[in-house]
Amino acid sequence: MSSQVIASTKSRARFLTEAEVSEIEHEKTLYPDNQAVGLEALKIVQNYQGWVSDESLLAIAEYLDLPVADLEGVATFFNLIYRQPVGKNVILYCDSVSCWICRGDEIKDYLSEKLGIDYGQTTADKEFTLIPVPCLGDCNNAPVMMVGQDLHRNLTKDGIDEIIDQYRNTNA
Amino acid sequence: MAKIVVDGNEYEVNPNNNLLQECLSLGLDLPYFCWHPCLGSVGACRQCAVKQYRDENDEKGTIVMACMTPASDGARISIADEQAHDMRERVIESLMISHPHDCPVCEEGGECHLQDMTLMSGHNYRRYDKKKVTHHNQYLGPFISHEMNRCITCYRCVRFYDDYAGGTDLSAQASHHHTYFGRHEEGTLENEFSGNLVEVCPTGVFTDKVFSQAYTRKWDLQTAPSVCTGCSAGCNITPGERYGSLRRVVNRYNSEVNGYFICDRGRFGWEYVNGEDRVQSPVQVLDGDSKEMSDDAISALFSKLAEGGVIGIGSPRSSNESNYALRQLVGEANFYPGIADDEHAINQLILKLHKDKAFHSPSVREIEQADAVFIIGEDITNTAPRIALAVRQSVRNKASELAELNNIPVWQDAAVRELAQQERSPLFILSNAASRLDDVAQQTFIGTCAEQANFAFAVAEALEGGTPAGLTEQQQKLLPEAVEALSNAKRPLIISGSSNGSIEMVQAAANIARALSGDEPSHLALMLPEANTMGLELLVGPEQELGAALKRCASGDVQGMIVLETDLYRRAPTAEVDNALSRAETVVVLDQMRNATTQKATHVFPVTAFSEQESTYVNYESRAQLSFQVHQSVTDARPGWKWLTNGNADINSIIKDCSDEAAGFGSLDGLVPRISQFVAGLKIPRQSHRYSGRTAMIANRNVHEPKQPLDNESVMAFSMEGMPAMKDASILGSTWAPSWNSNQSISKFQEEVNGELKQGHTGTLLLTEKTESGVPFQANQGEDASNSDRLTLSLAFQIFGSEELSARSPAIQKRMTDAYVALAPADAARLEISHGDAVALDGGAVAVACIREKISEGSCVVHCGAQINPHDLAGAVSLTKTSESLSGNGLSCLIVSDLCEESY
Repeated sequence: MSSQVIASTKSRARFLTEAEVSEIEHEKTLYPDNQAVGLEALKIVQNYQGWVSDESLLAIAEYLDLPVADLEGVATFFNLIYRQPVGKNVILYCDSVSCWICRGDEIKDYLSEKLGIDYGQTTADKEFTLIPVPCLGDCNNAPVMMVGQDLHRNLTKDGIDEIIDQYRNTNA
Repeated sequence: MAKIVVDGNEYEVNPNNNLLQECLSLGLDLPYFCWHPCLGSVGACRQCAVKQYRDENDEKGTIVMACMTPASDGARISIADEQAHDMRERVIESLMISHPHDCPVCEEGGECHLQDMTLMSGHNYRRYDKKKVTHHNQYLGPFISHEMNRCITCYRCVRFYDDYAGGTDLSAQASHHHTYFGRHEEGTLENEFSGNLVEVCPTGVFTDKVFSQAYTRKWDLQTAPSVCTGCSAGCNITPGERYGSLRRVVNRYNSEVNGYFICDRGRFGWEYVNGEDRVQSPVQVLDGDSKEMSDDAISALFSKLAEGGVIGIGSPRSSNESNYALRQLVGEANFYPGIADDEHAINQLILKLHKDKAFHSPSVREIEQADAVFIIGEDITNTAPRIALAVRQSVRNKASELAELNNIPVWQDAAVRELAQQERSPLFILSNAASRLDDVAQQTFIGTCAEQANFAFAVAEALEGGTPAGLTEQQQKLLPEAVEALSNAKRPLIISGSSNGSIEMVQAAANIARALSGDEPSHLALMLPEANTMGLELLVGPEQELGAALKRCASGDVQGMIVLETDLYRRAPTAEVDNALSRAETVVVLDQMRNATTQKATHVFPVTAFSEQESTYVNYESRAQLSFQVHQSVTDARPGWKWLTNGNADINSIIKDCSDEAAGFGSLDGLVPRISQFVAGLKIPRQSHRYSGRTAMIANRNVHEPKQPLDNESVMAFSMEGMPAMKDASILGSTWAPSWNSNQSISKFQEEVNGELKQGHTGTLLLTEKTESGVPFQANQGEDASNSDRLTLSLAFQIFGSEELSARSPAIQKRMTDAYVALAPADAARLEISHGDAVALDGGAVAVACIREKISEGSCVVHCGAQINPHDLAGAVSLTKTSESLSGNGLSCLIVSDLCEESY
């Protein structure tokens, strides 16, 4: 499907970096058409930029010749494509039933209090964003959460302190 | 045929369809949302649940979705089953969780499919009392309002807008309870068919913004079956009126023409009818002063005109009756078409081709069935939009073929699309710049009119087995591909038309079609510029040219001229028109709106708009259709023929005379229903049985009940009383059936879903007799007039702005571009012209420069609208920057895919 969007949106797109373009080009070799590359391109750009801004969305749509509206449909369908800025570390906290049985909600409250943020919010220092996730598939180690790419199991309040401090130190 | 059992009753059905469609065809009530007769099934809403049984001994059964289950032989289902009923009720309850309780202020109320289905499924008490999900609404342009809170996520909007109409700027976003249907950001919905969302949406998410300005409930609108006068497609519409003003236009189903959809020009281009620019009363202009004419003066004037020595100019936007009455008044030798000479010659050629045994002019439905399409020069998206929508469906025939091979029923919409991916039936487009159908074309060729015609002649030659010479490298590559696609097709279709003023294109189109014709005639669709171009051309001979008429006037050969609904300044060079009008003693102009020609008239008569008169029009395929009067004009306007016959005719007699006397119109009279065909001589009401406030409508001015206006000529009455459509639907304006208040009630009036109306009329083809068998045209090697300074000129058309009357509607005006001249980046650089600059064409007419990637170097494409008289332009023009500017929207509303922007 070729895009027939008014050209005026083009001027608001940012330029994709060389690294982004080369990774997108690689993905293009793996799929029969650009529509299928859309999601991968969003992931690539998010990987470099931390999130997908309007300017990034327009840039990808332009680069792959996809309608912006279609790409927006894909970007907003997936919870883990961020269309708003997120902190350096995204915490995906499991709010599903097994974790809840194991007092996950109490630990979540502790975490929220420690960071001063609730679900959907980012700390003032832009270090952490807290997002609920329905299940991380690790119920036998409940409660669980992910920070960035790392899975943290059998959470306790003390454990939370340790984990958060660890990320703060690493980032510092 | 297959036999199925529904609730114990046996029915014969078509096994190629699904159960929902067949149940509706049988007239059974089964609720649904996501299914649409034109969009197929996706099984998204789970509303059409029924119980299916294995055999007669199975008492338990299983619940299935009727829309996803084939109506195969022996199928046993129950709609009434308690569990199925309960499921439907629960489904709608969940769909309605966040639906607001705003029916009283919702514009869909009273014709809402969701209301109908809610009642039908039995969900009449809402248990959910928690917080509802709410959404932000978007600004979607001057046509459509957005109210996302009402959405029940049936996905019909995107399935129509994206999948069916090829739109790219509306999408389904997010997921589960916050699914959102909108643009990626606020802005005008770009697709030319966006207005259909109003009818496709089962509830009030997308509503008609123009209608909103003076909103009226469906049942309070006075309606009648009418025909759109926006282009030559002849779509059927139902206009609605209240308090003397037209309020809206909706689609009216015609199985052969527009089906369920019309374009935005047709839906939103009617506001001029209520406009202040209408000619209000008959006036005589003496020394610059207008004086209203008395009845006696009018009568004397027309008696004098009837004495002779007068020429008449007919109009391609007038009804057959008015054109015929004018021809009768002035005599055939003095009757000329209000059509530019070059276009007239092409139109006459098109008439000739209609009579040729080798060709068949396909209906819109037949166009949808083509499996290879070759378009030469005609920008159908802008000159006959509904045809473009049909061509867009034709490319999906490949998908249907693939589905058949894989044993997938074609109504399995998602599966068929998934299977076909990018596979399409071939579509070739020759055009002067990128077109709006390019996204589904197999190949496009961009060139000047002459280049396009030459290439098309080459294709014809190659199809006949020849080896055309003198092709460019690109053409040599394209040629075999086109020849292969066309010769392998079972139902190839060639499309061209007269809008470009290039007779070679039409000749070349005919040659290709002739080469493809065998025992059966091949399909050749030739578009005409206006609603009744065909009707007018049937009344005049090829030798009657407007240029000659103007010369006769200028020479003082005639005493007067009668100009019927023609702005001559759009039809001939300004100087010639000025000359003719200044020499003629009497210039009688009959028109709806004031324009440049009425300003030069000695007498101006107001004529009725399409919705104010009963009339017939002939579309591009020679289909004559009857359009009924919807309401009375609040001005002194009368139909043109009423003035021209000095009041000595009624609609029935004038149609009868035209039918009897004018060659080619023999079957016209058959279109007119007679009062005797209705039981007890009952008339057909224009008002619904729920029409309210009739006796109180003018209570603010007078408390006495007025007598209802009488309609002595038509079979329709300005009344609620008369023959109900449920008894006799041979004249069907607004559809309604018990339990079906929305437009989905149409299935109750169809023979079967998507079939013909049980009692309605699809119109009559006038040119069915094939009298000629022609020979191929000699390829005229067209020459382009360009040289280094001058760019070869061709015309561009815009859906919003190119049609004279709709262009005077405020909503349409918000979507119009200024006159523009499109040129290639290289030419722009050479001439030092940038995008958006005001440019003078040959030092005269001013247009905005528009730089496009897909346009040949050395050529330019000019959109004139009402700002430039195209007949003042030479075949090639020089462009110079000018300090003058145009007053309109500039290029901000131009929607093309190949715009080069300086800022990028």
